[in-house]
Amino acid sequence: MAAESKSSAKSHPRPLSPHLQVYRPQYTSVLSITHRATGVALAVGTLMLACWLVAAATGERAFAGVNAFLGSGFGRVILFGWTVAFFYHLGNGIRHLFWDAGYGFDLPTAEKSGWLVIAFTIAATILSWALGLAVLGGR
Amino acid sequence: MSKSLRSPLGRARGLGSAKDGTHHWWAQRVTAIALIPLSLWFVASIVRLAGAPLIDLQAWAASPVVAVLLLILVVATFQHARLGMQVVVEDYVHHEGVKVAALLAINGASLLFGAISAFAVLKLAFGG
Repeated sequence: MAAESKSSAKSHPRPLSPHLQVYRPQYTSVLSITHRATGVALAVGTLMLACWLVAAATGERAFAGVNAFLGSGFGRVILFGWTVAFFYHLGNGIRHLFWDAGYGFDLPTAEKSGWLVIAFTIAATILSWALGLAVLGGR
Repeated sequence: MSKSLRSPLGRARGLGSAKDGTHHWWAQRVTAIALIPLSLWFVASIVRLAGAPLIDLQAWAASPVVAVLLLILVVATFQHARLGMQVVVEDYVHHEGVKVAALLAINGASLLFGAISAFAVLKLAFGG
C-alpha cells in the first residue's frame, strides 16, 4: 500500500499549497516576516557584540579601534539599524508571548498591538539615540 | 486511545518520535522572557556609557552584579539566536545536505562566539 502510493506520487506530482507570492502582503503578515528578518539581523549583530566585548577585554588600542568604527558614519548606520531591529524584535516578541499565553489573537487586537509595536519601536529608538547622543555630547 | 500505536509510557512522557517534545519551543520562550529585562538593562547601560573611556567600562564590568548579569545575557542571547536561526534554516533550506551543514555551522558559531563573549566578560570583570 505504502509502495503503491509512493509510485503514484512519482508519476502524478501531489498538489502543493500556493506559494507565498500569490498572496497579497497584509499588514499582519509583513509584521510577522519582519520579526524573522530582525531576528536574523540581530543574530548577525551578536558577532558585533562579541567583537566589542573582546576589544574591551583586550585593551586600549583594540577598544579605540572598535569605537572608531562604531563612531564612524558607517558604524552609526549599522548601530542605528541594530537599535531599530532590537526594539522591534523586543516589542513584537512580547506580542508573541501574549499570543502564546492565549491573549490578543483576534484580528482587531492583533492589528492594534501591531501598531503599538511600531510606535514603541520608533519611540524607543528615538529616545535611546537622543539620550546616547546627549551623553556623548556631555563628555 | 486503544487505537493509538503509542505506549502509555510514551504518551505520558509526550516526547514523540524526536525524543525532544516541546523543549525547543519552551527554551525559545524562556530565553525570550529572560532577555526582556536583560537586554533593556544592557542597552540602557551602553547608552549611559556612550563614548566613555575604557577605564569606566572596566569599572562597570568589575561589579559582581554587572559581571553576572552580563554572563547570563551572553548565554541567553546566543542560545536564543541559535534556536531562532535553526528554525529559519529548517523552514527555508530544503536540500538535506545543505540544511545539516547550515545547522552545524549555526551551532558551532553560536557556541564559539558565545564562549568568546563570556570569556571577554570574565576577563573584563577580573581586570585581566
